[in-house]
Amino acid sequence: MGAVYILWLRELKRYTRSRAQMVASLGQPLLYLLALGFGLGPVFQQSGNGSYLQFVAPGVIGMTVLFTSIFSGIGLVWDRQFGFLKETLVAPVPRISIVVGKTLGGVTVALLQGTLVVVVCLAAGFRPMSWLAVPRAFLYMALIALVFAGLGTAIGSRVEDMQGLQLIMNFLVLPIFFLSGALFPLEHLPKALGAVTSADPLSYGIDGLRATLIGRSHFGVLTDLSVLAAVAVVLLSIGSYMFSKIEI
Amino acid sequence: MIRVRNLVKTFGDFTAVKDISFEVRQGEIFAFLGPNGAGKTTTIKMLTTLLRPTAGTVELDGLDPLRKQNEARQRFGIVFQDPSLESELTAWENMEIHGVLYHVPRRQRVERTEKLLKLFELWERRNEPVKRFSGGMKRRLEIARGFLHTPKILFLDEPTLGLDPQSRNQLWTHVKGLNETEGVTVFLTTHYMDEADRVAHRIAVIDHGRIVAQGSPAELKAQTQTDSLEHAFLALTGSSIRDESATSADAMRQIAKLWRR
Repeated sequence: MGAVYILWLRELKRYTRSRAQMVASLGQPLLYLLALGFGLGPVFQQSGNGSYLQFVAPGVIGMTVLFTSIFSGIGLVWDRQFGFLKETLVAPVPRISIVVGKTLGGVTVALLQGTLVVVVCLAAGFRPMSWLAVPRAFLYMALIALVFAGLGTAIGSRVEDMQGLQLIMNFLVLPIFFLSGALFPLEHLPKALGAVTSADPLSYGIDGLRATLIGRSHFGVLTDLSVLAAVAVVLLSIGSYMFSKIEI
Repeated sequence: MIRVRNLVKTFGDFTAVKDISFEVRQGEIFAFLGPNGAGKTTTIKMLTTLLRPTAGTVELDGLDPLRKQNEARQRFGIVFQDPSLESELTAWENMEIHGVLYHVPRRQRVERTEKLLKLFELWERRNEPVKRFSGGMKRRLEIARGFLHTPKILFLDEPTLGLDPQSRNQLWTHVKGLNETEGVTVFLTTHYMDEADRVAHRIAVIDHGRIVAQGSPAELKAQTQTDSLEHAFLALTGSSIRDESATSADAMRQIAKLWRR
């Protein structure tokens, strides 16, 4: 228990101490929110879909949680060779408590970063349909974070070098984001794209956020919750298993 | 304290460690020397539960590290070839995490952290993030950390790599001191023969995965009829240069170097 707590605390301290990084990582969501939110706004409005800023804000929140949580796991590639992780791998504690502490830390950090982006969205003019929706949105943020922290751990335990990471970024992380319906409505899509978006777990997370925050849902809240929970369980189990097999 | 019998490790069709056996006695400083790619780090990884041996047995303080993994881990401390500190956290916090992971009771953790940080001359800077430390300070902190849970064995894998002579000298003085006062057994690897000559009670030379000689520095010199350990080492392992192919860890080490400047 002590090990889980101290490793969770480590992730949290790392996050809160690198203020520069915290601010820097707000740049991307801000760009999406302002450039796309206001840039595509008029077209979106004319097509009868309402405000694009309202539509895209949950997508940008989901994106932030996705990136933060998946990178907390992928960071293992570096951490196990040059970082503190190796120290924990020879410590007399079960691997499972290390991976649990680290994952919970990653999830907490993703939620904090997500909260910052929620604030940025509100400042940019985003208005949820009710203020009570905001706490409920955290449930979806937490589920997204769990899903992708699990995926990140699985990848980070397997990939051996930094070149591999570039590949993962371009062929996995970015597609997960762009094919999730974060930026466009999932209705009336071409069949193939529709199939791909329904296979992307992030689609359900963002759909859930949208259902909660602006009352617009494609899959339905029940589907969103059950898919996210199921995928989280599967990916966290795979991630923990792969982590337990790390040899350095 | 350490007993290794017929240890073998193969990776695919490459045999990194070929049937080695040796013993390290309690309280001894034991140097494990060899050219690059000789099997030193692979052996250390097997001794410290990071790699499973293909064949053979290891005993640490009478325990089989494969069967009693956590008990064995509690008994040793290790300083890796590559840095393993959390650089965003302070020296004190790094010690604290180690103490929690090794189940050191709070009171003892605080007292011992203070003692060790003072001994390694890091006490004044205990509340500074490690990323502001020099290479030598980081190494000292890693060694201090390795001692925190009062291990019976301390493994040091090329601890002085990249340090200036002053830092190297100081580091060995501390390690020797703790070896004498706490009776900790030290198992080290290094490429600096003068260090091994100075601190080690006994030496094993490994080459191409086999132990080619064992004994005290004086014995090795006598055996090879040379006047320095460096010459003895060259006589035992030949003077051809070992060109290993670069691994992914080497590639990352390059990037790490760029970042450290």
